[in-house]
Amino acid sequence: MKDRLTVRTVVIAGLLTFLALLPLYVFVTGHYFPLTLFTRIVILALAATSLNVILGYGGMVSFGHAAYLGVGGYVVGILAKEGFYSGFLQWPLALAVSAVFALVVGALSLRTRGVYFIMITLAFAQMIYYVAVGLDRYGGDDGLTIYRRSQFGEWINLSSKIQFYYLCFALLMATVYLTWRLVNSRFGMAIRGARSNDRRMRAIGFPTFRYKLVAFVIAGTLCGLAGALLANHTDFISPAMMHWTRSGDLIVMVVLGGMGSLFGPLIGAVTLLVLEEVLSGLTEYWPIIVGPLLLLVVLFARGGIDGLLVSWFRRS
Amino acid sequence: MLLLIEQCLNGLQFGLLLFLLAAGLTLVFGIMDLVNLAHGSFYMIGAYFAATFTALTGSFVLGALLGLAATLIVGMVVDLIALRRLYGRDHLDHVLGTFGLILFFNELVRLIWGPAGMSLPVPPWLGSSVEILPGIHYPSYRIAIIAVALLVALFLYIVVMRTRVGMLIRAGASNREMVGALGINIKLLYTLVFGLGAALAGLAGLMQAPILTIQIGMGENILILAFVVIIIGGIGSVRGAFVAAIFVGLVDTVGRSFLPDLFRLVMSPAAASTLAPALSSMLIYLLMAIVLVLRPEGLFPVAGK
Repeated sequence: MKDRLTVRTVVIAGLLTFLALLPLYVFVTGHYFPLTLFTRIVILALAATSLNVILGYGGMVSFGHAAYLGVGGYVVGILAKEGFYSGFLQWPLALAVSAVFALVVGALSLRTRGVYFIMITLAFAQMIYYVAVGLDRYGGDDGLTIYRRSQFGEWINLSSKIQFYYLCFALLMATVYLTWRLVNSRFGMAIRGARSNDRRMRAIGFPTFRYKLVAFVIAGTLCGLAGALLANHTDFISPAMMHWTRSGDLIVMVVLGGMGSLFGPLIGAVTLLVLEEVLSGLTEYWPIIVGPLLLLVVLFARGGIDGLLVSWFRRS
Repeated sequence: MLLLIEQCLNGLQFGLLLFLLAAGLTLVFGIMDLVNLAHGSFYMIGAYFAATFTALTGSFVLGALLGLAATLIVGMVVDLIALRRLYGRDHLDHVLGTFGLILFFNELVRLIWGPAGMSLPVPPWLGSSVEILPGIHYPSYRIAIIAVALLVALFLYIVVMRTRVGMLIRAGASNREMVGALGINIKLLYTLVFGLGAALAGLAGLMQAPILTIQIGMGENILILAFVVIIIGGIGSVRGAFVAAIFVGLVDTVGRSFLPDLFRLVMSPAAASTLAPALSSMLIYLLMAIVLVLRPEGLFPVAGK
């Protein structure tokens, strides 16, 4: 397929340019609010992109993906509380713990299929949620304030809003690149094949369980990274980070943007969160609009926004 | 010992309540193959309606009946407008669409009844307690819940297994097209089943309301429990839901009240008081994970699915 100047390419390029240049606007005007909002959006887009690896490409509907946000966040928060501020310690550990958690959850959940898989991933997320509620030393239900962001020595200062934003943006781009490499590799073909027809893939000699498990662990690890970023962004961790509705939000972002599309989750995250921001400025009752909107997307726009952009191009 | 009996009864009562919620969920899933996250919203709406109607009429029974009817209607309308179009779609679409409905209903309730929440008092004639065994007093309201829920379970069994409508429902579950081809209005049937499920959830909500408070989002946490119940019981099986609901109710209630003491026997009080509450909240999810790992189709898998 040749790269052509389609509506879709223009929209994605426009969005990326906007995200890349946003700090410039902030720098000139001195309004920091858009930067705070978009830092959050970029972090959640990273989480949604990681979910897309298993949901969009692998067909695994994980309804507990916010658990890894929580795991990553709590590793950073707990280490900070205990006096370990070095990011070189906090972040690799956050990734490692998320990976181990995803390995356990995946190894058990991937034995089931369909709605049972949805529910067992939800159950594991609930378990870890209640573990966090029970951690009295780390705030329990009320959460824990982080007084110092992760320290990276002379390299990066996370307390600088612009530096932190660019770090998040760079990590998001790296994740998208990684996803692109992954899904177009032999490995990616195998998990996409398992999505279409698991039994056939096994018949031609692919141990699909192992492939899916590796994809599950990769997705969980990347989401753990998003969790570490989120904890640094809000300077706060609480069980609410991994409430089941947060997992629902992540699924919404992926499907709204376009499942199994590289930039879909980013588009979805930007759309959903900006829409929430705009609507909550208009009315206190904004979910009453977002809710039916989701239903409409499910009913009439199955490929999400990305799917609409593609089909728009085809028609014109 | 007295405490144990009382907690077991509480567990039974909670389990039966879960059954009311899970029965509708499992029927809708077993028959229409629809994952309905918004089921908890009917639980909430039932409680709000009942509280409003009770305040208006001054009678708990009348208020409850009107509340049930209203929830039934809301359920059928939701099916007619939105969910009917989702049958036969992917489960992911169901999750997403009904997630949207949760947002919608929560805000609708906030808009109509305000953010403060409501209370539904226990009717005076059920306000006392009964001596069920020598030395054990148990609130008559909770006994009434157990009785009503058992009656509803019996009613469901008779409707599904012994009546013509129940036969059609079961037939529709195994082959939708065939029942349609035989001249049965399958869409109407589905709408009825959906309304019935919603009313059952509403009943659970309005019966629980005097024990807890009525508030926005009250259906969400209990909905997750109801999902645990139908997964353990085997999706689509009302019998499985019944057994699993009582099991989950007992494990949850008894676990919460006795785990801290149990832990204190083997570890320091400080460690026990941090570990026990977390573990007792996790207990049923742990249970579900174990069941799914050992029997991925639940305890009572529906044959032919």
